[in-house]
Amino acid sequence: MSKTILEIRELKREFQMGSETVRALKGISFTVQAGEFVTIMGSSGSGKTTLLNILGCLDKPSIGDYLLDGVDIKKLSRDELAQLRNHKIGFVFQAYNLLPRTSALENVELPLLYNKDISVSERRERAIHALEAVKLADRFDHTPSQLSGGQQQRVAIARALVNEPVMILADEATGNLDSRTSYEIMSLMQDLNEQQGKTIVFVTHEPDIASFSSRTIQLRDGKIQKDTQNKEPRSAKEVLANLPVTDDY
Amino acid sequence: MNILNLIRIAFKALQRNKLRAFLTMLGIIIGVAAVIAMVAIGQGSKQSIHDQLSSMGSNMITVLPSSNLTGGVRIAGSSFQTLTDKDIVALKREAQYVTEISPSITAKGQAINGALNWPTSMQGVSPDYLDIRVLTLKDGIAFTQQDVLTSAKVCLIGQTVIDNLFPNGENPIGKVIRFNKIPFQVIGILNPKGQNAFGQDQDDILLAPYTTVQKRILATIYYQNIYASAASEAVTDAATTEMTSILRESHRLRDNEDNDFTVRTQAELINTLSSTSGLLTVLLTVIAGISLVIGGIGIMNIMYVSVTERTREIGLRMAIGARGKDIMLQFLMEAILISITGGIIGVILGIVSSNLVTLTLSWPTIVSESSVVLSFIVCAVTGIFFGYYPAQKASRLDPIEALRYE
Repeated sequence: MSKTILEIRELKREFQMGSETVRALKGISFTVQAGEFVTIMGSSGSGKTTLLNILGCLDKPSIGDYLLDGVDIKKLSRDELAQLRNHKIGFVFQAYNLLPRTSALENVELPLLYNKDISVSERRERAIHALEAVKLADRFDHTPSQLSGGQQQRVAIARALVNEPVMILADEATGNLDSRTSYEIMSLMQDLNEQQGKTIVFVTHEPDIASFSSRTIQLRDGKIQKDTQNKEPRSAKEVLANLPVTDDY
Repeated sequence: MNILNLIRIAFKALQRNKLRAFLTMLGIIIGVAAVIAMVAIGQGSKQSIHDQLSSMGSNMITVLPSSNLTGGVRIAGSSFQTLTDKDIVALKREAQYVTEISPSITAKGQAINGALNWPTSMQGVSPDYLDIRVLTLKDGIAFTQQDVLTSAKVCLIGQTVIDNLFPNGENPIGKVIRFNKIPFQVIGILNPKGQNAFGQDQDDILLAPYTTVQKRILATIYYQNIYASAASEAVTDAATTEMTSILRESHRLRDNEDNDFTVRTQAELINTLSSTSGLLTVLLTVIAGISLVIGGIGIMNIMYVSVTERTREIGLRMAIGARGKDIMLQFLMEAILISITGGIIGVILGIVSSNLVTLTLSWPTIVSESSVVLSFIVCAVTGIFFGYYPAQKASRLDPIEALRYE
């Protein structure tokens, strides 16, 4: 019996643009169980970003319910939402969003600075642990400008892991990376999902990336078009191994 | 979030842009240093004026004859003769707040030693006068009450007179000099006092018993001044009141008549001069204060730029759990760190430059604790005041939009 992490019921989100009402999400329902690796796909304008913002507790639905780990976010204030994000969600962004001129370790520590229950030593310990989990144990003192794109994204993933969230929310996390590095990141994601049982919600528009996940939700015009279980997800490690070795540099 | 984390976050954010933080600080540094140095110079000159007057005897009280109506014509006080020995006797008998009293009468004339002569004045006083004016003898002895009673032809000599009558360094003690043709024996040498606050040479003087000057030189029964010293500086006002009433009684003035004398204290002089230099202090402080405000505006300016530039960072911090309050406090703390660090450097610079002014220009300076504390508080307040609006702007950003900001 796995635990329900996400529960969305008849979720609608409307924006007021001048005199017009834009209906970005027109009634969406789904649940995500602990340990699932879900990709949310959709072309631009499908409501993907709006859904992501709501899933990330950055925005609230106009109508409908959203329960994250059993907490109804509708009732929460702005500050309580921030606390919830801090405790339950790990964000990974397309543009990494690391603090410039700040070491990898300090970047990873950042979410814990906003959690007053964690001591200085525990913070450091957990940051080191998270960086080790993304195989960057030798890059603690490097600043983002001294790291490659893939390494930067791995620092960002470590930052998402450090607060031990119930869900990792990735927004086009491979969008800025070449295919080899993308596969490396996906391989890392798969490891986290399979070995550590992390729940991952991955927003992307690339079907290639979606094929690594265990479930794909296809959005179109603010509604769920398809919700398919992927019985045999591809292994990113194998794809990586089969990738032709390029020696043009 | 606890305060330590907050300081850590703000400090790291500043560290990422050291040069900018320093340049922002510079406005505050200069402002604070200016306030402290200016106030130190102002206080220093005030103090030196006070010291100068104190060396004349700060509890000294002077009684001058005052102008009075004589048949409808006002006559200048100095030519008016109202102060007599009767007043001295009355004051000595009745005044309780006054410890020492000396009449004074001055004759101008030519002092002669052999072939040398020098125009100077001879002041006739009582032995108390030395204490009242805080005069000391370099050599010899002072005249006594006995000399006053006998109108002895003895005198004390000031340094300027010595320089002119005894230019070859002979010891004037025991020598006889002539003043307005009357021979006086020099019995003591006054320690030089230099110029007073008004540029008069206080050493160009001969002191003799007042009876001698009254009887042998001027042939008068009046005094030009009465000098007295109050028991302490604190009772100067009480002594003044007391002396006024005693003198009014002694002069048999009716209630509706004006005083025919004026009682002056050094406090009045000190106040007058202090208020002048006080004005100077205020003026300097205002100028320095303006520079502090400009420094503060500098902070505000940089903080606004910083908020815009770091919009994505703010979005990220909010996404990973920073509350609006946390963001606000971070930026506020950055502003306060800038202003307080600037304040500390400014205080040090201010003290150093005050001392430098004393060393190079030999102007007296006093770094007052209040100016240090005050400018420090102003600094912190400046940081909070000018950091508040940018911080508030940052805290109100929408994380979704901030994250997508290019």
